Amino acid sequence: MKRYSAFAIAREALSYHMGWEKAWHSPEPRKRYDAIIIGAGGHGLATAYYLGKNHGIKNIAILEKGWLGGGNTGRNTTIIRSNYLQDSSAAMYEKSRSLYETLSQDLNYNVMFSPRGVIMLAQTEHEVRGYKRTAQANALQGVQTEFITPERVREIVPIINLEGPRYPVLGGLWQARGGTARHDAVAWGFARACSAMGMDVIQKCEVTGVRTENGKVKGVSTNRGDIDCDKLGIVVAGHSGHVADMAGFRLPIESVALQALVSEPIKPCMDVVVMANTVHGYMSQSDKGEMVIGGGADNYNNYTQRGSFHHIEETVRALCETFPMIQRLKMLRQWGGIVDMTGDRSPILSKTPLENCFINCGWGTGGFKATPGSGWGFAELMATGYSPLTDEFSLDRFKEGRFIDESVAAGVAH
Amino acid sequence: MLILECPYCGVKGEETEFAGGGEAHLKRFGPGSSDDEFHGYLFSKVNPKGVHFERWRHAHGCGKWFHAARDTITLEVYGTYPAQTTEPPKDIKDKISAKRPGWSWREFA
Repeated sequence: MKRYSAFAIAREALSYHMGWEKAWHSPEPRKRYDAIIIGAGGHGLATAYYLGKNHGIKNIAILEKGWLGGGNTGRNTTIIRSNYLQDSSAAMYEKSRSLYETLSQDLNYNVMFSPRGVIMLAQTEHEVRGYKRTAQANALQGVQTEFITPERVREIVPIINLEGPRYPVLGGLWQARGGTARHDAVAWGFARACSAMGMDVIQKCEVTGVRTENGKVKGVSTNRGDIDCDKLGIVVAGHSGHVADMAGFRLPIESVALQALVSEPIKPCMDVVVMANTVHGYMSQSDKGEMVIGGGADNYNNYTQRGSFHHIEETVRALCETFPMIQRLKMLRQWGGIVDMTGDRSPILSKTPLENCFINCGWGTGGFKATPGSGWGFAELMATGYSPLTDEFSLDRFKEGRFIDESVAAGVAH
Repeated sequence: MLILECPYCGVKGEETEFAGGGEAHLKRFGPGSSDDEFHGYLFSKVNPKGVHFERWRHAHGCGKWFHAARDTITLEVYGTYPAQTTEPPKDIKDKISAKRPGWSWREFA
């Protein structure tokens, strides 16, 4: 695979840019692999990438039912932050955030990571206390955050209305090194790097069954034939329950639709990510100028990738109060993704009842920011059977009562 | 938009009038049960892609709990019925079987 560089652009210009090769190969599935990853979203591809890069396992197939990064990887609001309360979460998300900083160089693919800063507004006394506590916890965890005053909030976000009629802004939790990245590019970059290592990224290959023998996975059945493997990684987000059912075990997960929407493009007006969890809306401005808005999740099980309209109404209402200047904006697109919610709102990266089968799921409403870190930890778990990053996120934490309760710190919005 | 009919007061309303309550027909395990049974009852979800039985409350209406049979792919509601039962009524089961050949009611654990 030819490297991307300024020199490459000059070289390709000589042949009128007709010589660029495809970013990744699309081979036919072989009969057997050392490892199969189900799901070519960000997390699945990152897992394969770090299995190859950190652990030397390169005979891997990544199977994707639809198209690459067409699920939640391409449907999120691209926010990257690591200001979590619990130690195990902060370790995972901070690892991920730090990997993002050099991801473009590592992958030789511009993922447009923009550490523009993330601010979470405190709009009730409870939230003020909660975020101050989080800031203290983050200081101990080595995550750089600070609690800032309303005046500082206005300096950072001039378009904000601090004196909201119902929920005035009382401060904010500021993570200067958080930000956004281009989500499609993250999937494409990982896919290209995997393909360059000789891995098979196979799209339009739906897993229809998991073949087991004596408590071990033998392989999977797909719409393109049976494929055998030594190890199986299930990384399918909203469809985790569905695939786990094929493998014969149940998960503490329910799938619901989470929505996002995006406005028409306007001139640059806000160069940070703002999250308002009390009124429930969060917003950032994309490089194209569109305001990217995250909406609410449905409260019933759902596989429709659509979501209910009243959530849009609530979110937009909250944002119009917080940012009066956007009241006349037209919305361009709205979409939904199926998110896998666990009881404690923390992910599951774990061994399963099947000996050589591993599962990475339960990221719920906040998985994009964790993409490289999740891949890093999950690859270590798959390769060696243990990872300090994922140890606390095991499946048996529910049975043993070791919840990683982030629902207070993170709210619904991620 | 999801439209449900409350089987108690007969009112049809859209989803904001109701509050979802998760999986229905759970077999409850309490004190004296094994760890596995309690864990299964409390955490393991069926989360099906297809026919789902769930609890709803007519929160902004009569306030009563009822059950609904709904498809999680199409959002079609096969029917709602009062909660004082351990399995869905026959007409709803027949309706689902007609729509989804091969579907069968199973004992929920």
